[in-house]
Amino acid sequence: MSTSTFLIRRVLQALAVVAIVTIVVFALLHALPGGPARGILGPQATAQQIARFNHEQGLDKPLPVQYFYYLDQLLHGDLGTSYTLNAPVSRLIGERLPKTLVLTVLSAVTGLLLAIPLGMWQAVRRNRPVDYVITTLSFIAYSTPVYFLGLVLVLVFSQVLPWFPSQAPQGDSLADVLSDPRALVLPVVAGAASMIAVFSRYMRAATLENLSEDYVRTARAGGARSRAILRGHVFRNSLTPVVAMLGYYVPVLFGGALVVEQLFNYPGMGLLFWSAAQASDYPVLLGCVLVIALATVVGTLLADIVQRVIDPRVKAGRA
Amino acid sequence: MSAILQPAELPGATDTPHEGASGVRLAVRRFLRNRLAVAGLCVVAFFVLFCFVGPLVYSTDQTHTALQQVNLSPSGNHWLGTDAVGHDELGRLMYGGKVSLVVGLAAGVLATVIGTLWGATAGYAGGWIDAAMMRVVDAGIAIPALFILLVVSAITTPGLAGMILILGLVSWLVPSRLIRAETLSLKNRDYVLTLRAIGGTHARAILRHILPNSVSTIIVATTFQIADAILLVAYVSYLGLGVQPPSTDWGGMLAAGLNAAYSGYWWLILPPGLAIILVVWAFNAIGDGLRDAFDVRGRG
Repeated sequence: MSTSTFLIRRVLQALAVVAIVTIVVFALLHALPGGPARGILGPQATAQQIARFNHEQGLDKPLPVQYFYYLDQLLHGDLGTSYTLNAPVSRLIGERLPKTLVLTVLSAVTGLLLAIPLGMWQAVRRNRPVDYVITTLSFIAYSTPVYFLGLVLVLVFSQVLPWFPSQAPQGDSLADVLSDPRALVLPVVAGAASMIAVFSRYMRAATLENLSEDYVRTARAGGARSRAILRGHVFRNSLTPVVAMLGYYVPVLFGGALVVEQLFNYPGMGLLFWSAAQASDYPVLLGCVLVIALATVVGTLLADIVQRVIDPRVKAGRA
Repeated sequence: MSAILQPAELPGATDTPHEGASGVRLAVRRFLRNRLAVAGLCVVAFFVLFCFVGPLVYSTDQTHTALQQVNLSPSGNHWLGTDAVGHDELGRLMYGGKVSLVVGLAAGVLATVIGTLWGATAGYAGGWIDAAMMRVVDAGIAIPALFILLVVSAITTPGLAGMILILGLVSWLVPSRLIRAETLSLKNRDYVLTLRAIGGTHARAILRHILPNSVSTIIVATTFQIADAILLVAYVSYLGLGVQPPSTDWGGMLAAGLNAAYSGYWWLILPPGLAIILVVWAFNAIGDGLRDAFDVRGRG
């Protein structure tokens, strides 16, 4: 398969996935008992009020019609209007998404910067005590619910030792939220922990695989020093697939942000989603899920492309 | 959280096969040599005994509230203190653990069953059916499970069976990919082709030949699914979907303890938190050991 055929096929696949996501989410939200009208108007609403609401919102039309109406709106960048916040969903998400991106990007970068050297260290010291200790710690970090970790962090580093605030600064603009960088420390650590666990495992496996390759033996035979081989060859060759993995990790990052934002009262998209769920604000829920799914599809697409373009072995079907 | 891909270790089998030893016996021996995996097995055994036999030895009232003895710190009468409505915390840990273990186990198995059937069908059918089925999987992975669970919690409060069903339905995606890959490599084997040539049905090919030959992959996937499911159960109460009082699970205890944590009632959060971490860690360690012992590629 040539690279351009691969790209076209891969992009078509991604579009198909997005289409399925819109259908799934649409179906999920319309399978509600009582429908959105009950959620908004409350249990006291009369049948007439519900009928009028349904008519105004276009909810009395057949589902396929509603779906295509919805799709048409989407293509015009219209995600609907929030039931409770009385604002366009696209604007609400537009305000919150940058804050969530700051949080997730910081967590991801922190996670990678720690995970990559840890994984390499483990590979070089394979089956030595260091390897076992880091492996055990990784498994523990992976096994810890994010909200439990966050709580312990708050108790230790905010209550017992008053080093960091337990809440994010509140405010509408991104600058307000970033005004106190110390407040970001605990949320970022909570978000990065499981990532360090997972990516140090990847890095360890990738480094081990590369260390057993012929080129390492050749370089050794040619007299290159271990450290030079590690830095010059193994590091680069192991890094690419691991960084590409980040693309597949996008949904996990957003899942983590959902919990972290709620826990630290950080006003991003996760918190928006959380309050929308409490208020049965379906357009907001639908919009958030769609944005996250889009981000995931793009992330996966990029990961696949990066792996193929950078690593010729993927093309040859070896890796 | 689900959809985490564990990297496959390098095949670690350096031992030469014992003469006459069957594959299974060899795998068991390799597994038992893995100290972390054996430790995991011991932890799981301990918690099963603790939750199911423990209440017979250490009997407590977990149904009625006792408002004259709330939030007591650990003492001779209550080894781990009492919670906000006067339940003995150690007894509650056993009581809640039952729910966590049963739901996690059932949801993990259910997810693997759904994923196995879906993945095997897709891989066996091939062509556009395969493509369509796997795009559905991609779409499912694009929506994080926590978001779906939170939407569900806005709609309904399920019972125990409902919770198992929901957790199974949001976490079958990763195993389906694994089994599909396995099926792709098995479906053109001679014994499958022969079966088809003599008139065997597709269902027979999948159920009697492809799945039995994927059994090590399925077992390893199940173990990791159980670990993920127990972790997911812990999130469920936090998201407001949990079992209703007086019943509870470790996640529910933890979620209830969140409010008490700032009052310094550490005994309400540390025990359930550590129990979750230990059990999830244990199933992951077992899965890791099984994967190396069976020498199968990891989840991913």
